[in-house]
Amino acid sequence: MLERAEIVRKEYLRHDKKFPHVWCPGCGNGIVMGALLRAVNGLGLDKDEVVLASGIGCSGRMPTYIDFNTIHTTHGRALTFSTGIKLANPDLTVLTVMGDGDATAIGGNHFIHAARRNINLTAIIVNNATYGMTGGQYSPATPYGSKSTTSVYGHVEHAFNIAELAVAAGASFVARSTVYHATHLEQMITKAIQKRGFSVMEVISNCHVQHGRRNKLGGAVQMINGFKDQSVTVKKAEGMSPEELEGKITIGVLADVDKPISTEEYLRIAGEAKEKADKVTKAKEKNGIKRYEE
Amino acid sequence: MENPEKQKKVLLQGNEAIVAGALAAGCRFFAGYPITPASEISELLSVRLPELGGTFIQMEDEIASMGAVVGASLAGTKSMTATSGPGFSLIQENLGYACITETPCVIVDVMRGGPSTGLATNPSQGDVQMARWGTHGDHPIIVLAVSSVADCFSITVKAFNLSEKYRTPVILLSDEVVAHTRESVVLPEDEQIRVFDRVRPDVPPEWYKPYADNNRGVPDMASFGDGYRHHVTGLVHDEKGYPTQDPQEIDQFLRRIHSKISKGFNEIQVVKTFLMEDAEIFVIAYGSVARSALRAVRDARKAGIKAGLLQLVTLFPFPRKSVDTYLRQCRVAVVPEMNLGQMGREVSRVNQSDCRIVKHNKIDGQLITPDEILKHLTTV
Repeated sequence: MLERAEIVRKEYLRHDKKFPHVWCPGCGNGIVMGALLRAVNGLGLDKDEVVLASGIGCSGRMPTYIDFNTIHTTHGRALTFSTGIKLANPDLTVLTVMGDGDATAIGGNHFIHAARRNINLTAIIVNNATYGMTGGQYSPATPYGSKSTTSVYGHVEHAFNIAELAVAAGASFVARSTVYHATHLEQMITKAIQKRGFSVMEVISNCHVQHGRRNKLGGAVQMINGFKDQSVTVKKAEGMSPEELEGKITIGVLADVDKPISTEEYLRIAGEAKEKADKVTKAKEKNGIKRYEE
Repeated sequence: MENPEKQKKVLLQGNEAIVAGALAAGCRFFAGYPITPASEISELLSVRLPELGGTFIQMEDEIASMGAVVGASLAGTKSMTATSGPGFSLIQENLGYACITETPCVIVDVMRGGPSTGLATNPSQGDVQMARWGTHGDHPIIVLAVSSVADCFSITVKAFNLSEKYRTPVILLSDEVVAHTRESVVLPEDEQIRVFDRVRPDVPPEWYKPYADNNRGVPDMASFGDGYRHHVTGLVHDEKGYPTQDPQEIDQFLRRIHSKISKGFNEIQVVKTFLMEDAEIFVIAYGSVARSALRAVRDARKAGIKAGLLQLVTLFPFPRKSVDTYLRQCRVAVVPEMNLGQMGREVSRVNQSDCRIVKHNKIDGQLITPDEILKHLTTV
């Protein structure tokens, strides 16, 4: 384990940037980043061929620290940039890391459409149930009744189940894990990257500084241990009633379906279109007519 | 040897000529969202791009379109989007991202009446100041305006060339009249079209600094995937691309991205002049209005009035030098616009002579006719 940590530090982290990092001590983002890097390392991907995109927020800072082709985009829009990158260069492995507010509030539309479109992308959503960077306001993943800086009397709205949202929107692969389950998380991220099609990885993470403190959930250790107690595997959850599943975190693979990838479908129709067009052009060139004169 | 047979006239619509220009300039990626009166650009590119090995995608909204355009450009493909006012409002967010990350791309705004949904099928020039200042913060931008189908081809090529050369988004303003006018044009032969591609780095990857200054102020641009791993961010960054809070680096960066445009004023600021040599009164116009203006100027000449036309192709950076020259030469400048004076105020701002500025503003969704302009030329 130590050896792998050393590989990650040496091979994948940038050491020439200015700040150490912006995350609070005990933040789950570091665990997600470590799992992501070990997954990439385990898959033997060439760093030149990996793109890591992010939106805005604490998770949005992750690409800054990693030695891939990295892009820190605008709030909620990371998947749109990833879409452009992937379409322009389908050989690249494009990973997108987002927060819960980033992916499902301001970026909710892009998220469901990316799932529907089924481009070969991997989305990793770090769900800490709050907007940590801006001071702990409620997010679409904040549980009903929770306190935040914009719901000091208790939250009156209900949270998205992000992974199930992705399943409903048509993602090819959806999995969930938590920052407690570092090894499981790495395995799930590996599967998500390997999956051909749009894959979503929801990671339940802790923001003890904003969300935990206001809701008396304890510090980083208590919160992360809490995820251990709350988690049930997909298999175990199958035999549980909705009442028993209340407050639980179902971890594992929630959806894994094979369907045509739009990038590949596009290449197919483009090939056909090109063939047709070349025939027309050749015929017209004989007569000295250019293509756009139709 | 010149083959006159090849210089054939073709009948094209403005929007179609923009497509032809974009493809000639090397555009191979388009992301857009349906909107009148720009939809023909999308439709035609959805046919042509697959044929040419390029990519067309219809996104869920214009915010997403602009994100995809920037992403594709960072991956090394010349890319564009096309929209109209309401969509142009949504584009502003990621347009700012393109400015700060110095990502070349072209945004076509076929202007229609506003604000909001406004007049979906009527012409307007109401987006001029938004094109300059729509995205937040001090930012450099290039804004060009087309007035004819021939312009739609050549100025689109120019837009791509400037965006590649200066690593900046370029906004191409069209309007409903230009977009839907069909006229016959002679398009240049491929070999007559000058295409500029972004300068790519040739140093070893470990030496590459994606935002380092040089004599042009425009850093070499690597694409994702070609071995120059680097960081791109919408935060103000140092020359390596990493976020910075250092006041000196912040100032240096923001001044460089502005000065790279001012260093290129001679090339960027394009105007066309008609009968200006001896003009005593002149019209400053752009877009479809410039065509009405040209007719008015010719009619005025017939009536013995020494009138001329200064057509602005580049709206921003405002071609102050040219405008100033003629403001000093003439006694009256007529500025007709299909808005409440968005460029007229730029003209007033730079006017340091005795030249009187007469603004003619029309916002009823109808184009400005030659007669309306002629009336000013004959009475002032």
